[in-house]
Amino acid sequence: MDSTHTDDIKKQVRVYIIVFVALMVLTIVTVTISSLHLSVGAAITVALVVAAIKASLVASYFMHLISEKKVIYATLILTGIFFIALMFLPISHYLDPISVK
Amino acid sequence: MQIPYTDTARPDTGLYNAKLGIWLFLASEVMLFGALFSSYVLLRVGAPTWPHGYEILNIPLATLNTVILISSSVTMVMSWASLMMKDFGKYKRYMGLTILLAFGFLIVKGFEYGAKFSHHLYPSESTFLAIYFTITGLHGLHVIGGIIVNAYLWGPGAKMWKTEPVRFTNRVEVAGLYWHFVDLVWIFLFPVLYLL
Amino acid sequence: MFSTDHKVIGVQYGITSLIFLFFGFCLMMLMRWQLAYPGEAIPFLGTLFGPDRMPDGVMLPEFYNQLGAMHGTIMVFLGVVPLAVGAFGNYVVPLQIGAPDMAFPKLNMTSYWVYFLGGVVMLVSFWIPGGAANSGWTSYAPLSVIATTGQTLWLFGMVLLITSSLLGSINFIVTIFQLRAEGLSFMRLPFFVWAQLVTSFLLLLAFPPLEAAGVLQLMDRLAGTSFFMPSGLVVSGVPLDVSGGGSPLLWQHLFWFLAHPEVYVLILPAMGIVAEVIANNSRKPLWGYKSMVYAIIFLGFMSFIVWAHHMFLTGMGTAISTFFQTTTMIISIPSVVVLTALFLSLWGGSIRFTTPMLFALAFLPMFGIGGLTGLPLGFNITDIALHDTYYVIGHFHYVVAPGTLMALFAGVYYWYPKVTGRKMSDKLGKIHFWGSFIALNFVFMPMFVQGLAGVSRRLYDGGQQYAHAHGVLYLNEVMSIAAWALGLAQIPFIINFFLSFKKGSKVNDNPWEATTLEWAATTSPPLAHGNFAHVPRVYRGPYEYSVPGQAKDFSPQNSQ
Repeated sequence: MDSTHTDDIKKQVRVYIIVFVALMVLTIVTVTISSLHLSVGAAITVALVVAAIKASLVASYFMHLISEKKVIYATLILTGIFFIALMFLPISHYLDPISVK
Repeated sequence: MQIPYTDTARPDTGLYNAKLGIWLFLASEVMLFGALFSSYVLLRVGAPTWPHGYEILNIPLATLNTVILISSSVTMVMSWASLMMKDFGKYKRYMGLTILLAFGFLIVKGFEYGAKFSHHLYPSESTFLAIYFTITGLHGLHVIGGIIVNAYLWGPGAKMWKTEPVRFTNRVEVAGLYWHFVDLVWIFLFPVLYLL
Repeated sequence: MFSTDHKVIGVQYGITSLIFLFFGFCLMMLMRWQLAYPGEAIPFLGTLFGPDRMPDGVMLPEFYNQLGAMHGTIMVFLGVVPLAVGAFGNYVVPLQIGAPDMAFPKLNMTSYWVYFLGGVVMLVSFWIPGGAANSGWTSYAPLSVIATTGQTLWLFGMVLLITSSLLGSINFIVTIFQLRAEGLSFMRLPFFVWAQLVTSFLLLLAFPPLEAAGVLQLMDRLAGTSFFMPSGLVVSGVPLDVSGGGSPLLWQHLFWFLAHPEVYVLILPAMGIVAEVIANNSRKPLWGYKSMVYAIIFLGFMSFIVWAHHMFLTGMGTAISTFFQTTTMIISIPSVVVLTALFLSLWGGSIRFTTPMLFALAFLPMFGIGGLTGLPLGFNITDIALHDTYYVIGHFHYVVAPGTLMALFAGVYYWYPKVTGRKMSDKLGKIHFWGSFIALNFVFMPMFVQGLAGVSRRLYDGGQQYAHAHGVLYLNEVMSIAAWALGLAQIPFIINFFLSFKKGSKVNDNPWEATTLEWAATTSPPLAHGNFAHVPRVYRGPYEYSVPGQAKDFSPQNSQ
């Protein structure tokens, strides 16, 4: 049983605990900010930015994405592009409707 | 007949089969929930009025659920780490905790839904409630799916630890990736539906 | 029955999908009677359908709509894609990459049975009160939301089929990435495998939005929500008791987000098959293999950003309309690249006019016509006149029927010897080919004429009630007779398919003298467990035919 292997895992565990604390803090932050009832644009931006940070922490450390292989990265980047296309869907719907002059 | 690279990583891709498989599945799930978020945006932008989440939904309960789910993500990854450190006892405890927390999430959700229904707030009442119940409902189904998989790995499936420990550890890792994704969806769901 | 062997599963998919193709074809033959002779009783068969569908043998419009919606659904989702991907993909891909099976054999088995269940659900819907889905294969809201119960079954069926497809696509991608034999780099893959890889990515990432949309429509139908139901909708004079505030266009967006990539799912495996058959029967390497590979990767990517060219008439402004028109024009380029490369591959070859080669050669001009007729539909201006007319039906059928279906037939004749160890009869094959090729053109070419005259789709009497259609109504009878002739032309195929299993001439490992691993490295049929007696190692590209200085006119990928 190699002790270096166990040490690596123990280091990982420390990272998990730190990420857990960060996630809890960010949750409190996002709930608190929402109670301020900012303007719609600001509220959406802050909420999504905080969510994105939390999501990145879960993905990078709990899901080990930070040290994953190229194939996985390529798949996710491709998915991300199509996800953006999917988000473009409602925008395209409202951005430019036929206008009756 | 053995399928190659079930447990060992293929040299050029660096992955074992199920690891690639689960990430591909998660990619498809991103598109599934993405379509629902896209629908939410389209419906909200087009609506003459749209309630703020905090006007209708129970923020304290949902915050509690957020804490529960994030905690279950930690216990899940800890259960995998325990197997990597060859501590089966710890694995059982952490995985068991993950399952309990997941049940907790569902119970809180049950309270939320029940409270809505008792006030006649059904999905058919408004598009806001329609998308709220549908997205959280689909998420809830994914939680149930995760519970089933994790329960199997905690119970009958755990026998594999004795015969093929590497394969079992990989299975737990793959199940963990799914579970973290379920947490990820909630991390976006919570602010979008409840706080905005 | 519950085998996890990809070869057994491939055959299961193959037989099931061919039966569904036949069933969908029969639905069309019924429709074509009504179109040719509106209001007349169908001889012999008419009385079998009962008073709810055909009182006194005369087809009701409601039943016509069921036939139309289900013909499309069955052909696309239960017929062509399961045959192209489920059958051919499953059987051939592991063999062509030198793998003992797919990466996840149990998942593969699950995919098949979920598909089968989805098919059963779809078929059962014909026999429930109200009949099958009848709002078009496109199920547009709000009509589909207020439609009869068959639509709910359609939605459940689709959820099952989409699930089957997702599990399958994961399997294909992991198999191709992880289980390639030693020496088989990506640029040495047979083009068929590349086609299946791109197809699987399309299925993986494009289907989920339709699954989401299906869930939303189920909620609208079963839970009374208003995702797709606008405010103020009045049905038969009575205002609908729903919350309103929904968007019918949301359904269209989500539907076409899948359905556009879906059409490339329909064509890519076909291109893959044609490439294999042409290289083998012209005894030459494919011209422009690398360009073809990059072209289909680009095609797959572009297919996600063209969807609203199906929605030009929904009230979009000129900017968005121009965006989708531009991406649509751009996406025609890779198809032209592939078609050109396939044509050029014939130049200077020693062409063997085997039965599979006849079908593969016919694919080229037929897909050309299908593709070219797509251009006026892709321009928003000309689409104003052509949208929802028979021109559209002609366009997409040319790509799928004289196009993909002919390529799939080529695949059946080509790989039958590998699967069964026996060749199909060439004589019957040639009768099948010529009969089908001629009939197909007579069925679909007149549709362009009718469409240009303004005849709309989905009219149960073929346009009889419209003055502008009168000049081209006679074509309905022409097309219907051609359709029934097409049905007759399939008889030699059906006989050939079953008879050759026992009576066909036996073959050795490699009767076509091909270079790819499924022919060169294993028996016909391949070994039951593990496919290969010795794990193959690859030394060269997939189409080393007529290499100067070599003794034979083909150098298999695995020979040293």
